[in-house]
Amino acid sequence: MIEFQNVSFAYDKGSPVIRDLSFRVEDGQSVGLIGANGAGKSTVMKLLLGLLTGEGKILVDGLEVRKENLFQIRRKLGFVLQNSDNQMFMPTVYEDMIFAPLNYGLSRPEAEARVDRALGLLGLEELKHRHNHKLSGGEKRMAAIATILAMEPEAILMDEPTAALDPYNRRIVINIIRGLSQTKIITSHDLDMILDTCDRVILLSHGELVADGPADAILRDKALLERNRMELPLRFSGK
Amino acid sequence: MNKMETALHELSQMDELAAQSSPIHRLHPAAKLLTTIVYIVLTVSFPKYALSGLIPMVLWPVLLFQISAIPVRTCFYKLRIVLPLVMAVGLFNPFFDRAPLLSLGALTVSGGVVSMVTLMLKGLFCLMASFLLMATTPIDSLCSALRKLHMPGLIVTLLLLTYRYVGVMTEELAIMTDAYLLRAPGQKGIHISAWGSFLGQLLLRSMDRAQELYGSMLLRGYHEHFHYAEAGPFRLRDGLYTLGCGLVFLLLRFVPVTRLLGSLFVR
Ligand SMILES: Nc1ncnc2c1ncn2[C@@H]1O[C@H](COP(=O)(O)OP(=O)(O)OP(=O)(O)O)[C@@H](O)[C@H]1O
Ligand SMILES: [Mg+2]
Repeated sequence: MIEFQNVSFAYDKGSPVIRDLSFRVEDGQSVGLIGANGAGKSTVMKLLLGLLTGEGKILVDGLEVRKENLFQIRRKLGFVLQNSDNQMFMPTVYEDMIFAPLNYGLSRPEAEARVDRALGLLGLEELKHRHNHKLSGGEKRMAAIATILAMEPEAILMDEPTAALDPYNRRIVINIIRGLSQTKIITSHDLDMILDTCDRVILLSHGELVADGPADAILRDKALLERNRMELPLRFSGK
Repeated sequence: MNKMETALHELSQMDELAAQSSPIHRLHPAAKLLTTIVYIVLTVSFPKYALSGLIPMVLWPVLLFQISAIPVRTCFYKLRIVLPLVMAVGLFNPFFDRAPLLSLGALTVSGGVVSMVTLMLKGLFCLMASFLLMATTPIDSLCSALRKLHMPGLIVTLLLLTYRYVGVMTEELAIMTDAYLLRAPGQKGIHISAWGSFLGQLLLRSMDRAQELYGSMLLRGYHEHFHYAEAGPFRLRDGLYTLGCGLVFLLLRFVPVTRLLGSLFVR
């Protein structure tokens, strides 16, 4: 269970980026977090992970996001960063993937098994021993997703998981997200993907919650979306 | 590829060299680290005129190049920037130390010249030894060896992160250089008027990235220490290698091998 209670945050004093945000995500829900560029989606993710600290209260399974709880909380959450370049810090894909399982106390054989499972799931076996900085943008993204899957976290946060992916890989990622039983929070401008993977949508605008409800209802609301600088998913736009 | 990308490529080439397989690569990293340290210490400790004693020390790097199948050319290519600097250290000795030391026929060689050559060779040998260590041992294993030798965890982590950070910074520099040159056609490099903002941006960007990378490490459970790739047990052959090399180095250092050999033939 993830809960935001009246959370506010500003990078620079005087210009708040998140304003009095409250919502609650139950176990097993998939929530799409949408909003125009600069609406504050990535910031919400970073607040939840304790990478940024604001005002108000954030709870993960009843634990408050605070310094002393961070190790426990982060163990539950897997985060796919918006920029995969900043996610992969080991020389090869394999070393990056095995990093988290080892840190969380798994033995090397157990951790290897997880790595292989995640790679198999995404069909990335041939990337295993490649050097991270020699991967293409989309390959990096797939590898970053694999890294998080290998953690087998209780909840998965994805910041633009399908950006930079070709249609084939985008489809793979969508199918994988759909197959995951964990709690999911996904941000994206790809509203068709949100529609495919999320049953609930939260819409942010200038750091404020504007709408929160079933994906099917919000993503069909042309007026609401356009007021917030977004467009209907292709599927509903009749194009 | 711009220059920065070339640099990046070279950096990853070291990782790739280190990932190869040879009897030397398969040795325990601690064994390689120890022998390299002993080698460097003993090489540096030769007295300043001990040219004839120093020369046989070249045998070890030469052997390692052979056994590990690492091309000598690669070594000199990678060291092309530091090598001249190290070699330059003794450059002024001939001017200060003019006392004649030995004469070869009509030619008198001053102490300065001998000590200059000795210094240069010391630098060259030590650089080759360090290069060979890096080229046959992945950085992670090296770090795990340092930990095994009770180097404080913080220092080892710092070392590893620095190594990675150099990569990040070079990457940013490569991207920025490309972006600049694409919009400044016909310029050879970055114009001096842009240096200030360029450097500032570079610093900010690499700091941002370093911070995000560090965040991403924390998110994946990093706390206090790395789980370095397991180096496996320190086996008998690792012990023998270390001991054998150590003994040979000591022998070369303290027994005037060349003179003994020479006297064999002269007499
Ligand atoms: N490090 C920072 N320092 C200052 N302001 C920042 C920083 N990072 C983001 N911001 C500002 O905070 C606001 C929200 O940024 P955020 O990255 O959360 O947006 P986002 O919804 O993820 O946008 P996008 O869809 O473009 O990824 C933006 O106005 C941005 O300019
Ligand atoms: Mg964002």
